[in-house]
Amino acid sequence: MRAPAPDQTAASEVILGVENVTLSFGGVAALRGVSFEICKGEIRAIIGPNGAGKTSMLNVINGFYQPQEGRITYKGRTRHTMRPAAAARGGIARTFQNVALFAGMTALDNIMAGRTLKMRRGFFWQALRHGPALAEEVVHRRKVEEIIDFLEIEAIRKVAVGQLPYGLQKRVELGRALAMEPDLLLLDEPMAGMNLEEKEDMSRFILDVNNHYGTTIALIEHDMGVVMDLSDRVVVLDYGRKIADGSPEEVKADQKVIDAYLGVAY
Amino acid sequence: MEILYKILIDPFVQMVAAPDLLAQVVWEGLVGGVLYALIALGFVLIFKASGVFNFAQGIMVVFAAMTLVGVYEILRGFGVYPTDLAAYLALALTFCVMLVLAVAVERLVLRPLVNQPDIILFMATFGLTYFLIGFGELLFGGNPKVMIAEQLHLPRGAIELKILGGFVSLQKVDIAAAVVASIMVIMLAVFFQSTRIGRALRAVADSHKAALSVGISLEQIWVIVWFAAGVVAVITGIMWGARSQVEFSLQVIALKALPVLILGGFTSIPGAVVGGVVIGVGEKLGEFYWGPLIGSGIESWLAYVIALLFLLFRPQGLFGEKIIERV
Repeated sequence: MRAPAPDQTAASEVILGVENVTLSFGGVAALRGVSFEICKGEIRAIIGPNGAGKTSMLNVINGFYQPQEGRITYKGRTRHTMRPAAAARGGIARTFQNVALFAGMTALDNIMAGRTLKMRRGFFWQALRHGPALAEEVVHRRKVEEIIDFLEIEAIRKVAVGQLPYGLQKRVELGRALAMEPDLLLLDEPMAGMNLEEKEDMSRFILDVNNHYGTTIALIEHDMGVVMDLSDRVVVLDYGRKIADGSPEEVKADQKVIDAYLGVAY
Repeated sequence: MEILYKILIDPFVQMVAAPDLLAQVVWEGLVGGVLYALIALGFVLIFKASGVFNFAQGIMVVFAAMTLVGVYEILRGFGVYPTDLAAYLALALTFCVMLVLAVAVERLVLRPLVNQPDIILFMATFGLTYFLIGFGELLFGGNPKVMIAEQLHLPRGAIELKILGGFVSLQKVDIAAAVVASIMVIMLAVFFQSTRIGRALRAVADSHKAALSVGISLEQIWVIVWFAAGVVAVITGIMWGARSQVEFSLQVIALKALPVLILGGFTSIPGAVVGGVVIGVGEKLGEFYWGPLIGSGIESWLAYVIALLFLLFRPQGLFGEKIIERV
């Protein structure tokens, strides 16, 4: 288990709070009155069986879904729904369960795309690719090269990402999210479909991001070993409801969680 | 044997025998090719940035040309003088109309269809085509109009080159079209390759949700790209209109852009140009030297045959991005 201890993080500053969020698609309720908080600097895991509403929760946080009820408080500002643009501007970055990269573009360009909001030169200079726009391009390129070094993907920076193996695509996607210099990083199953070695690499990157940059991370993961090793606190969802919330040990011992995962004999 | 001689040898003998004629034919082909390239360019812009094959690009060219001439006539009706002031004012207003069109398309067509399959967006551009035909005829009437080339100070007349033991005549307006097209192509290619907005355009084409997650505004990108295609349409409309007249039936030239795109690749701006030139020159050479063998008329279908061959052997075109599908 990692320091700081759960009771200390609970006392620290809340970066994101969701309150009583309810989301349904027609008659299907994906989330029912879910509330929890994410504290600054922690790694918060969201777990639950298939269809529990984990990805829906991330989509609500970064504004892809607009919940029918509930409130989202991010960096002290409360709103009913988030918009994708507002989330990105506010420093929320994310990766996707099934990797959503710009397949025809190189790894470098994919990560550069993460700098979109940091680059401000207008249309005119861009069209000429001259003067301030060129200087700006150089500055951001340097930043992106740092990320490429950090993720150890120097060798593939000019390769179209569609041609890369899955594990490397996941890494490029993480790089694109990091290029946004996020305050809150949402990772949707960062290790799905990876072998043991790739999982260890990815775990190391996640811990490094958290330690070095102090980035708050919310992650969905199915591999319980990974969840227990990485996270400070865990939220458990089942059928759209929150059934447990606490430190990894507390959650692991919770009878409701065990029932949800193993099924109950009635 | 005689037929083989006529197909394989005789045309080349003719070419060598009259090089000035060959040069003239190639030049005509180049000119036609530049115009094809301009239309294809409009397609490529929208395809690159939204993955949508915009069937309405042809009618956008006609609509732009109609608007230009129509607005000019209205301005003249209000007594704006001199004529060239009215012409340039009309040009500026036409660009404004294309901007309004881009915003309207984004609001009314694209925004409600976000995340729908490409085929749905493609069908929507069909709807847009018929709307623009009807709307254009309502505003400007169905009669052909004459492009205001003279008032816009497009060069007139021809340059007679005395080369290759004969005369080759080059229309100045064609030279102007080639120059304008080259400048536009270079600017667009550089813009797309390595600027923030260019990268954002390509990003949107690949994945809507990933683009949203890094803070790219789909609305803004779509307006930019449809406006860019609108600007290309205005320029194409002027150049094409200066060679014939401006009428709604001209929108079928959009179909000629298809073989150009298949040849050059749907995602490549330089490809659109090379494709246009190859199709233009190939068409004219085929018509002039091989056409008489089967009683002419090759020009109208040769391009499609070339495109078919490309589809068989190199479906991504000469310059297109490799088609990568992982399952």
